[in-house]
Amino acid sequence: MLPVLNRQAVEYAMKAAMALNCTIADVSKFDRKNYFYPDSPKAYQISQYDQPIGRDGWIDIEVNGQTKRIGITRLHLEEDAGKLTHVSGGQASLVDFNRVGTPLLEIVSEPDIRSPEEARAYLEKLKAIMQYCDVSDVKMEQGSLRCDANISLRPYGQKEFGTKTELKNMNSFRGVQRGLEYEQWRQADVLDSGGRVVQETRRWDEAQGRTVSMRSKEEAHDYRYFPDPDLVKLIIDDEWKARVRATIPELPDARKARYTTDYGLSSYDAEVITSSKKLADLFEESLAYTKDAKAVANWIMGDLLGHLNANNLEIGDVPITGQGLGEMIGLIEKGTISNKIAKTVFKEMLESGKLPQQIVEEKGLVQISDEGAIREIVNRVVEANPQSVEDYKAGKQKAIGFLVGQVMKETKGKANPGLVNQLLAERLNG
Amino acid sequence: MALFDMRLQQLHEQLHDKELSVAELVDESYRRIKETDPSIRAFITLNEEQAREQAAELDRQLAAGAERGLLFGLPAGIKDNIVTEGLLTTCASRFLSNYNPIYDATVVKKLKSAQSVTVGKLNMDEFAMGGSNENSGFFPTRNPWNTDYVPGGSSGGSAASVAAGQVYFALGSDTGGSIRQPAAYCGIVGLKPTYGLVSRFGLVAFASSLDQIGPLTKNVEDAAYVLQAIAGYDPMDSTSANVDIPDYISALTGDVKGMRIGVPKEYMGQGIDPKVKEAILAALKVFEGLGATWEEVSLPHTEYAVATYYLLASSEASSNLARFDGVRYGVRADNPDNLLDLYRKSRSQGFGPEVKRRIMLGTYALSSGYYDAYYLKAQKVRTLIKRDFDNVFANYDVIIGPTAPTTAFRIGEQIGDPLTMYLNDICTIPVSLAGVPAISVPCGMADGLPIGLQIIGKPFDETTVLRTAHAFEQHTDHHKRRPQL
Repeated sequence: MLPVLNRQAVEYAMKAAMALNCTIADVSKFDRKNYFYPDSPKAYQISQYDQPIGRDGWIDIEVNGQTKRIGITRLHLEEDAGKLTHVSGGQASLVDFNRVGTPLLEIVSEPDIRSPEEARAYLEKLKAIMQYCDVSDVKMEQGSLRCDANISLRPYGQKEFGTKTELKNMNSFRGVQRGLEYEQWRQADVLDSGGRVVQETRRWDEAQGRTVSMRSKEEAHDYRYFPDPDLVKLIIDDEWKARVRATIPELPDARKARYTTDYGLSSYDAEVITSSKKLADLFEESLAYTKDAKAVANWIMGDLLGHLNANNLEIGDVPITGQGLGEMIGLIEKGTISNKIAKTVFKEMLESGKLPQQIVEEKGLVQISDEGAIREIVNRVVEANPQSVEDYKAGKQKAIGFLVGQVMKETKGKANPGLVNQLLAERLNG
Repeated sequence: MALFDMRLQQLHEQLHDKELSVAELVDESYRRIKETDPSIRAFITLNEEQAREQAAELDRQLAAGAERGLLFGLPAGIKDNIVTEGLLTTCASRFLSNYNPIYDATVVKKLKSAQSVTVGKLNMDEFAMGGSNENSGFFPTRNPWNTDYVPGGSSGGSAASVAAGQVYFALGSDTGGSIRQPAAYCGIVGLKPTYGLVSRFGLVAFASSLDQIGPLTKNVEDAAYVLQAIAGYDPMDSTSANVDIPDYISALTGDVKGMRIGVPKEYMGQGIDPKVKEAILAALKVFEGLGATWEEVSLPHTEYAVATYYLLASSEASSNLARFDGVRYGVRADNPDNLLDLYRKSRSQGFGPEVKRRIMLGTYALSSGYYDAYYLKAQKVRTLIKRDFDNVFANYDVIIGPTAPTTAFRIGEQIGDPLTMYLNDICTIPVSLAGVPAISVPCGMADGLPIGLQIIGKPFDETTVLRTAHAFEQHTDHHKRRPQL
């Protein structure tokens, strides 16, 4: 069998590299990384050694309100290897070859990250950018985004980096952050007690919350990289670059800036909303149905993200649409539904994806703003609760709250709360 | 006259006129194999049952008047490093003694659509590494002209089989001379096309930047027909050239008038057997008589070619052959202690000594700290060698010289001396490194063994190479000699 370069994968790589502000190579090539291991049926991996598709880029991250630039050393294209599963007890290992040969982008950052928190912010931003570019679905849990993290410590003020360790086997952003936090303190303990950090690869054990040594530098491979003679040089001309560049959409940073300036969102809200393209798209779609951007942002930041986090879901897992959210805010503005009912409507939208008007009609959630109807109920409640009326008249302001509650109960929450309060006050004080 | 000595056109007409059947051709092939293979041992695997079934099917098509193409019904042998679906493909290695491919190489597909009949798989040096067939993991093939002598290699089985009249034509592969040198030793025609002209898809890789599949035939006309069938762009091979394929047959005009021939002094000097040199000079006289002119030229980097080749080809081989680790392909060693032991044992047991030697050489050349001094430097020299050819081709139409410095040598004579063995390829290796096309045609005999004339052309100028070779053949009888077996 012979390898054939996947042009679409090259374009994805170019697009990703451009979005990370990299310089795109005019001439790139593919090399063989030779090693014996069962995850590679050819015993070499096609990768890029000294002429990657992109190099010298950067992205900005925000941590604690501060913007920081993280350098991107390089971005290259390679083929994925098989997935090994080690059967417990060490008796056997299983190899899944299904993903062998699928294109994989490796992005190497400069040693600019100074804390586990920054590492996480960097990953979040990287994920957002890849998502915006539609280069990958970047799901760490499913392996379409993977991360090896290097960490070293040095005394304050020292220029040179200390000896590093490399962490593997993290399968969530939280895992990366926790692994680095653990490793930071482990290395600190070693150094504080006068020891030396060993340069090695360590595996993050999620269940035990610690890192374990996998192999040390002494066992490091000589990969004997050389140009893959089965593949020809990749020439990337200006015309091709321009064509790919034109497909890059507005990226998270640009959107964030627009949301704070045009819609007056807080920097934090804008950052959170733009960290996911689908969330940002939902935000913008909603604005076609309502002018109240802040209300849209509040619903997203509050009820939507609350629901997603509580149920461990992603925005793509719920059927809510921008039209639904926008129209729902419109219904509140018009007084058709109260804020309280809106919460019920919103929940229903998250589950069924139906539009709010339909939900309101099906469930009979339209707010009662008919004065006559409400007055009738107010009268009935007042007559049925003489004790509360007396308490109120004796100066217990709290009693009116009970009466309002009774009216709302009678109307199944649909009575216009402002009107209920007004009519009750009239009746009691009249 | 033996059936396989008939011209292809004539055979085709007889088939068309129902004077001959495909079954008779296939019968003739297996009859001749049974008669001669005990002494030359060209075949590793026979495909007799399927071949006879296919012959019957082709005869039905013939009866219906549905035959097409001039290779129709012709018995062919395939070198055993070209994968054939459902037919063992061993690369003459114990490692792959049980390897049954699940797909056909592109060239095999093309032969199937040209409706030739694959009669079996031909012996070779293990993984195409060697020039004598003594490195076959099973048994050496012998030279039909004298069975004490090697047939050359690595396509020794292909060359011997064609020379012995077992098949009408054969496919071989050439990395540093593996088609041309055995063709010369066995007194037949062998063509190495320009790198990229014929798809490598399904050729078990030895050195990917050098490997090319090509025909071994009894005459130049047949080589043109086979090349016509197998050449062409293949999207499955990234190094395949997207070029228009000319009509090679109509290029065989016999006209070389005014042709400018360059004869490299490096190919005619030290180390060249005087009898070989004499035969080449006699051949040049023939060309003079046909109105061509020749002059001595220089390919100054020739002396570095063998070293360059053994660094580059072995480096690529060390990586290409790494997949044979006992896990996915071929034979696995019994009772390994652990994974590393499985690799070690399988590779120690599976590979023969020459293959191990080259894997070690290549691994060394690519190793950290040696890469620049060996692999990288060899790449640079390769560029200089390529430039040598460009410079000569600026003023000459073809380059002519010997295919090999000597005729075939005795079995066992050089096996203990790899360096001497490597020097047999001194005239073919530079051509492979330059990626240009070359043909070997018979041009005489010395002590009962054939001598090969090498005609080298510009990249993708197979038409000129074939035309030149054909013109020579038209005015000489060397190609008509047959070994007595």
